[in-house]
Amino acid sequence: MSHRLPASRYLLLFCVMLGAAVGDALLGRGMHDIGPVSIHHLSSLFYALANPWVLSGIVVLIGFMASYMTALSWADLTFVLPATAFGNVVTALIGKLWLRESISPLRWLGICLIVVGVGFVANGPSRTEHAADLDERVA
Amino acid sequence: MVAIPDATLHTWTTIAAVVVTATAGDILIARSMRSLDLDAIRERSGLGGAILAVVTTPTLILGIVCMALSFFSLLFALAGADLSLVAPATASLTFVSTAIAAKIFLKENVDRRRWLAALFVCAGVALLAR
Repeated sequence: MSHRLPASRYLLLFCVMLGAAVGDALLGRGMHDIGPVSIHHLSSLFYALANPWVLSGIVVLIGFMASYMTALSWADLTFVLPATAFGNVVTALIGKLWLRESISPLRWLGICLIVVGVGFVANGPSRTEHAADLDERVA
Repeated sequence: MVAIPDATLHTWTTIAAVVVTATAGDILIARSMRSLDLDAIRERSGLGGAILAVVTTPTLILGIVCMALSFFSLLFALAGADLSLVAPATASLTFVSTAIAAKIFLKENVDRRRWLAALFVCAGVALLAR
């Protein structure tokens, strides 16, 4: 049986992989501009919404949530979850390339393990075939 | 019996709370999305209708409540323990517990390939969060 997904579904999984990491990085960049927020002045968080970095971070995170939930409508949770874990790798790379953070050898090992894990799942079927699904298809 | 210091017990209880609520949230969201035939709804009532169908599904709302509880439990855990323990412990344990819960509650076929993936990702996340 073929396990290949249509290109549009791979694109959606790609959005799931990138969405959370890029959204968080944009929020982080925006909040860096705004500075520390005191617990006694939580209303200043509303001003954060006027920051273009924060706004674009929120938009990207809404897109991530929509992609994640759409993927769950046609794929198993245990298929989609490793894709979200790939976000950790993207976050580390954004930290390295954009924020000039250093990545220790242990972290590189962590990145390799996640990539191998995602590779295992991506080669398999995206959805468990239950007896009811098969009956429906035959009918 | 070995006595566990209060602080450790408190830390691991809050970590367990984060893991249980995050797993429940993921399972509920996955179940709600699976119960909807998004393509059929989009054909019938367009993108707006599909979004409305998604956000008004009771299981999804319950799942989001669980996710919010998980977030606040995480904040609570961070108030009493180091980020370097809480972040990798919650992220890795949630991976394994979600795979087990998906097998039990969603009847997903978690074959050897997926178990291996869960373990690799779990170890990878633990190393990354160091």
